[in-house]
Amino acid sequence: MSTAIRVRGLVKTYLTVRAVDGIDLDVDEGEVFALLGPNGAGKTTSVEILEGYRRRDAGEVQVLGQDPQSAGRHWRSRIGIVLQTSNENHQLTVAELVHHVAGYYPAPRDPDAVIESVGLTAKRTARMSTLSGGQRRRLDVALGIVGGPRLLFLDEPTTGFDPQARRSFWDLIETLRADGTTILLTTHYLDEAEHLADRVAVVSAGRLLAVDTPERLGGPQAQVPRVRWLEPDGTTREEHTPTPTAVVARLGERFAGEIPGLEVLRPSLEEVYLSMIATADGDRATSGRQHQPHATVEVAR
Amino acid sequence: MITPSASASASGSASTASAADVPAGAAPGALPSTLGLGMSRSMLELRAFFRERDSMVFTFAFPVIMLFIFGSAFGSGEIAPGVTFTQYFAAGMIASGVVLSSFQSLAIGIAIERDDGTLKRLRGTPMPAAAYFLGKIGLVLISSVVQTVILLVVGTALFGLDLPDTVDLWTRFAWIFLLGSTAGTVLGIAYSSVPRSARSAGAVVSPVVIVLQFISGIFFVLDQLPGWMVNLGSVFPLRWLAQGMRSVFLPAEFEQAEVGGSWMLGQTAAVLAGWSVIGLLLCLWTFRWARRGDR
Repeated sequence: MSTAIRVRGLVKTYLTVRAVDGIDLDVDEGEVFALLGPNGAGKTTSVEILEGYRRRDAGEVQVLGQDPQSAGRHWRSRIGIVLQTSNENHQLTVAELVHHVAGYYPAPRDPDAVIESVGLTAKRTARMSTLSGGQRRRLDVALGIVGGPRLLFLDEPTTGFDPQARRSFWDLIETLRADGTTILLTTHYLDEAEHLADRVAVVSAGRLLAVDTPERLGGPQAQVPRVRWLEPDGTTREEHTPTPTAVVARLGERFAGEIPGLEVLRPSLEEVYLSMIATADGDRATSGRQHQPHATVEVAR
Repeated sequence: MITPSASASASGSASTASAADVPAGAAPGALPSTLGLGMSRSMLELRAFFRERDSMVFTFAFPVIMLFIFGSAFGSGEIAPGVTFTQYFAAGMIASGVVLSSFQSLAIGIAIERDDGTLKRLRGTPMPAAAYFLGKIGLVLISSVVQTVILLVVGTALFGLDLPDTVDLWTRFAWIFLLGSTAGTVLGIAYSSVPRSARSAGAVVSPVVIVLQFISGIFFVLDQLPGWMVNLGSVFPLRWLAQGMRSVFLPAEFEQAEVGGSWMLGQTAAVLAGWSVIGLLLCLWTFRWARRGDR
């Protein structure tokens, strides 16, 4: 399997702030990869460097085999970009825009099928200025995929979606994945990352804290399940254990039958993520915010 | 669900890095031509422009309204034998119309597109920059022609403007119009980088045009202005564009009444061409796809 994105030692500094501080990253072709991290962690800066919008200060970047800083139209015809925000307010219709942008590409998808796939067929002839926020976002996605990209960048694609719109967006991403499209996604919704991503990376203060599948993120300790039950006196008890089955069996003997209020909980991606960010923030606070020695980021592969 | 269209037969080759080396226009899956995309951009720009009703109506109506105000206020007062101020002003308004449709509309329009993310989105596609500018040129050409036709109709019907009756004069009109539009277009694109946001664009751009109209002999006859103001106005294209339009639309005898006693068509050509080159260089040096500080 070949590599769609390869990043080594990426650094971007704004005045004195290191927005991106030594990131290494590999995304395989056909993979759906999610970048997670708090606001200001450097996600968008990193993605915009990969998209060719921003220049890096140090490091190596290869996207579809080329350096985005010098790549030309052929390269651009093979990537698709859905930016974080746009306030565009044209008097042009959905169909006009999607058909027009399709004309930029050597091998575009069928524009009407793309409009259908983002659920805007009923809004084909509606002007962009009349669309709701969620419809506008779906148009953004349509414009990002109409060129038939090998690699699709999605920067917080579902912000402002209602749950139903988010579900149908997820289905769309699944379709694209099935077509073999590589997808790099940033999101604040951990359930979205959990649902869509083959692997997730957590970024904090310009560094990569971890890269792994959603199920394994944070290592075995972070994934230790909890067994929760009710004692006869009504108090809730909880036990962290790598062997929940044994605990449940033991409790089953003790209660001689049904265990009141039994739950076996695996930490959600959100819990793992939050504890990683909290730990990272704590480490930075203790080591003094200034230039701490450059921690080597292990990219789990 | 998302099916590739017929032309997608080439998409297989696009998956390899070597596809980047395929020269444009050679293999299947070649990139669309810049000229074709420029035409497509022009059509899109025009469609958007004519649908933005309020903006379009005001753009076209403004010089006409000015024509009515000045025409009614100064009426048939002659500024030279056989030439009324209204005729003089009408020729100046045609020049102003070119500046409004090129410089002002592009400086404001592109500043807005930069601020609202339109430019950034385009930058992320394989559309070449040249196609974007061709689209703007198409927009300016069509809208300036419409603007000029409206002013000519109103000027001849109501304000005693005479349409030229020789091929020579129409030829002169054509090159002055084209050179003026060109200078206005490139300077408008360059000036679009000055406003810091879409919100400030109107306030940053409009005064430039209004002040130029005052010092370029549009609102006042040029020889009524103090010498230093004429000299200052002569630095900028509008004075020359207006004088060129007078040479087309006013009686030939008015030439003696011009400052310097001549139409000075040579200087007109030189100044307009000079500003076109300066504007083009400014565009190449300063044009940005992203908002200020967004890099």
